[in-house]
Amino acid sequence: MFVYADNAATTSVSEGAVKAMTRGLKEVYGNPSSLHAKGREAEAVLKEARAEVAALVNAEPSEIYFTSGGSESDNWAIKGAAKLGAAKGKRHLITTRFEHHAVLHTMRALEKEGFEVTYLDVHENGIVKPEEVEAAIREDTALVTIMFANNEIGSIQPIREIGKICREKGVLFHTDAVQATGHLPIDVKADNIDMMSASGHKFHGPKGVGFLYVKRGIRLPNLIEGGAQESSRRAGTENLPGILGMAEALKEAVEGMEEHSKKVTAMRDKLIAAIEKIPKVRLNGDREKRLPGNVNFCFDGIEGESLLLSLDLEGICASSGSACTSGSLEPSHVLLAIGVPKEVAHGSLRLSLDYVNSEEEVDYIIEKLPPIVERLRDMSPVWEEIIKEESRLSA
Amino acid sequence: MAMTYSEKVMEHFRNPRNVGKLEDANGVGEVGNAVCGDIMKMYLKVKDGIIEDVKFNTFGCGSAIATSSMATELIKGQPVGDALKLTNKAVVEALGGLPPVKIHCSVLAEEAVKAALKDYYERQGLPVPEECLVEEHDEHEGCGCSL
Repeated sequence: MFVYADNAATTSVSEGAVKAMTRGLKEVYGNPSSLHAKGREAEAVLKEARAEVAALVNAEPSEIYFTSGGSESDNWAIKGAAKLGAAKGKRHLITTRFEHHAVLHTMRALEKEGFEVTYLDVHENGIVKPEEVEAAIREDTALVTIMFANNEIGSIQPIREIGKICREKGVLFHTDAVQATGHLPIDVKADNIDMMSASGHKFHGPKGVGFLYVKRGIRLPNLIEGGAQESSRRAGTENLPGILGMAEALKEAVEGMEEHSKKVTAMRDKLIAAIEKIPKVRLNGDREKRLPGNVNFCFDGIEGESLLLSLDLEGICASSGSACTSGSLEPSHVLLAIGVPKEVAHGSLRLSLDYVNSEEEVDYIIEKLPPIVERLRDMSPVWEEIIKEESRLSA
Repeated sequence: MAMTYSEKVMEHFRNPRNVGKLEDANGVGEVGNAVCGDIMKMYLKVKDGIIEDVKFNTFGCGSAIATSSMATELIKGQPVGDALKLTNKAVVEALGGLPPVKIHCSVLAEEAVKAALKDYYERQGLPVPEECLVEEHDEHEGCGCSL
């Protein structure tokens, strides 16, 4: 059996999205900037896609900027807001300790330019406290950026409340909603969001395309100079096939959300309950405020990569931490941020389910995982110490 | 970026040789630390100057397990004098290479063998050969992590 349980890293492209993309490649091949019939056709299709994406998050079409994905959207929003702030003498930024590296590394770069960054605690459950956001806001705060839901441990943040605080304080609020878009209900107006990043391939759209929502009135500096595309703020001929694929995928994801979410949450909870039967494991992240498909555990006495390779040999695709940090020797910064000890953080496993997974696949993981954990623990000197300590304590 | 292990590494990961403990070991060495994510424990049974048996226990990534396995295979049945000459390079070569970020695993495997040999010489009341005196690392130095 083959089970793809790494949907937080990326998803398969839906049939509908492939169809929409094919249309963009074969049929609507004009350049939306061209004046002739083929160009006008492409422009109309692009406009439709923008309106569709906007409606799905309750934004206005003019507030949606198509980008190459989550990282670009994050970089643009954060660097742009920092620049806007600096022009008014505001050089303080607020974020959390467990953001995606697209945010954290952007912050580090801005620190080198003289910005001061406050990294908020995310506590044991992986959730930011709105009152701590409020307390951190200063006269010179240019931006608050907090992810909608965490990519590794799936914890969902109180975005609406944080947005409300930022509104009241007159501070820009950006959220990296890469893991949430298409999986959780999002309404940029009701959620008090000023800017929001999303990425197509996390909800069954293609890779290399995403969007940034920017609330009307925010004069975000241009990202790419050149032609008049994306209101002259991000020049370059539009990736129309990608945009069409993403728009279709988002439509399917939002329309099917209730049904998908119900199915995926049930599979997730079944998997969590089964893994919790293995001794010395801990669930990372909040039990309730959690992405429907996210399962993240630490297994005492074993290291994550060997767990991952063993699952791979059984045909199960999972991840240890996030895909972006695989190949790194560091334990996950997300797990360290929620207080997991370093030696335990090395033994983490993320299984991210999706509506395309089946109950049988979940059962297969439940069947294969415990013996793998046992085998790796049997050869682990760390596990041997844990067991010795146990028997010492019980004696 | 995804890392790719050689077939040999995967083969040793799947079927590691000499896993376990030796109750009657006369040389035991442990290197690494859990904070960095790798610990190797090596058990030797030396008789008449020959490594008659060797077993290992490892906490670590795929290549930590594979390098431990390969190191035991390279020294099993060998005279202690030959085992003293084991290098991490030999382990890497025997495995058909390792990704650059995983080279430290082979260093750890060499050090585990040498730590066990050092213990053997000390238990025998023999002078410890120079080859066993691997440099004492700081807690993380050389482990490849930057904590």
